[in-house]
Amino acid sequence: MAEAERTALTRRVLRALEKDARLPVARLAVMLGADEAEVAEVVARCERAGIIRRYKTVVAWDRLDEARVTALIDVSVSPQRDVGFDQVAVRIARFPEVRSVQLVSGGSDLRVTIEGNTMHEVAEFVARKLSPIDAVTATNTHFLLRTYKEDGEVFVDEPAADGRLPVSP
Amino acid sequence: MRLSRVVQEVPPSGIRRLFDLVAEMDDVISLGVGEPDFLAPWRVRESAVYGLERGRGSYTSNSGLLELREAIAAHITRRDGVAYAPRDEILVTVGVSEALDLALRALLDPGDEVIVPEPCYVSYVPCVRFAAGVPVALPTRAADGFVPQAAEVERLVTPRTRALLLNYPNNPTGATMGRAELMALADVAARHDLIVISDEIYDRLSYDAAHVAFASLPGMAERTLLLNGFSKAYAMTGWRVGYAAGPAPLIAAMTKIHQYTALCANRNAQEAAIEALRHGEADVVAMVEDYDARRRVIVDGFNRLGLPCHLPAGAFYAFPSVAPTGLSAGEFTERLLREAKVAVVPGDAFGAGGEGHVRCSYAYGIGQIEEALARIGGFLERLDGFVPATVPAGEVVAAGASRPG
Ligand SMILES: Cc1ncc(COP(=O)(O)O)c(C=O)c1O
Repeated sequence: MAEAERTALTRRVLRALEKDARLPVARLAVMLGADEAEVAEVVARCERAGIIRRYKTVVAWDRLDEARVTALIDVSVSPQRDVGFDQVAVRIARFPEVRSVQLVSGGSDLRVTIEGNTMHEVAEFVARKLSPIDAVTATNTHFLLRTYKEDGEVFVDEPAADGRLPVSP
Repeated sequence: MRLSRVVQEVPPSGIRRLFDLVAEMDDVISLGVGEPDFLAPWRVRESAVYGLERGRGSYTSNSGLLELREAIAAHITRRDGVAYAPRDEILVTVGVSEALDLALRALLDPGDEVIVPEPCYVSYVPCVRFAAGVPVALPTRAADGFVPQAAEVERLVTPRTRALLLNYPNNPTGATMGRAELMALADVAARHDLIVISDEIYDRLSYDAAHVAFASLPGMAERTLLLNGFSKAYAMTGWRVGYAAGPAPLIAAMTKIHQYTALCANRNAQEAAIEALRHGEADVVAMVEDYDARRRVIVDGFNRLGLPCHLPAGAFYAFPSVAPTGLSAGEFTERLLREAKVAVVPGDAFGAGGEGHVRCSYAYGIGQIEEALARIGGFLERLDGFVPATVPAGEVVAAGASRPG
């Protein structure tokens, strides 16, 4: 396969898998009109190259009455010589209770998402792990109250019925 | 009660009978639908909500909102490279359906002939007859990818022939036409001074090659009436907005009928259509990408089951052959519905050349398509005398329908 062709196929494969991670390679090949072996090769390459990080499931945890607490924390950081924000960001990211760490523009620098079993657990993490980091100058914690949309998925049940007539011209 | 002879003579749609059958049954999986399963893009629906809040409910000018006509003109210029004057070469209608009816009534005197390649959309022949015209069917063949051959069109031309009615990408076959094939028809149209009514409602649903607008062919804009709308590309079937673009005298004649019979298209839907044209491109691209994947899954499925199916290059219909079952399209459809509870539409409901095929829409989620294929597979296994066509696994029966443009 030519390089440009492989790049195009890679994009299409990734877009499809981003929507449905469980698509088997054979089905993916039919859907994209591509050769099965080539699709398998593209997926394997993306996995090896760390482009595909993981196959995940979007869960509406609210529906399980799971006692989970999520907080979005704006973190202000004084950047460090040579490494900027990277070192602090990775240091925060390594804690397992941290779900995501992103460098953002605006009033603060890092946006950190934390998950815990109780509000107390999350507060403890901020007080004992996050705030004491030398470069961290301020935090602003927002507890998540309800998720309406995540990863492109709207958490509202649309009317399931297909309103179309069963046969039409 | 005494009713008009013309109305009595036009038979009810073949689809109507099927509809009644399906309506009596439970648990039917239907591949019989001729409209998108997607909802209209949220930005379009949201703009309609906003419009209702602001009380947008008045009539518009007969021709449609000027702003919409301007957006339509810009859209056609961008996509097809054809320029239309928003003020007198574009008319906003109640769907392509109304535009087609207006065009035929504006063009035809009693007895004038319209050449219609078949199989075709079910409304074409009745609409020609309601307009006192004479439909002249041109059957197309699977071997030609269901594309009309210029020489055969020419053979049907008489001194009474006024127009040629085209629809590519096609309902029900999914066939598209490339530039060279269209040029051959353009040549016939020019030599016999025919108007070409080109229903390009599925133009955005072209998967393998860029759509070629008939009016974009050299010298054709002056004799082409382009029909298009929002039903398919933007999943706005029930909103009822479409348009006609063409030579000013024809648009003026159509507008005259429209002003007395419809006044204008739905005001709020016109506003929403502006939003669709201006900001709906990404939504269209996403839907087309999904249709494309489903198209490949359903066609692959039919070929695996032993019902030969070419890969249609446009619209959202697969048109497999049921010849290996030894049944006619009508028998196949009826038995499939009763024995496996899957609804498809017999090809002959769309006129000549459709016999031996069934129209299967893939405007459904992949899960439903798979379930339908599984049921059809079970039905075929139980069917006496079924001799599966042999197609190499995973390979698609190639026909002209997917030839590049
Ligand atoms: C070929 C063709 N033309 C026209 C129409 C009707 O379109 P509208 O909803 O714009 O009236 C359809 C709908 O199925 C169609 O398939």
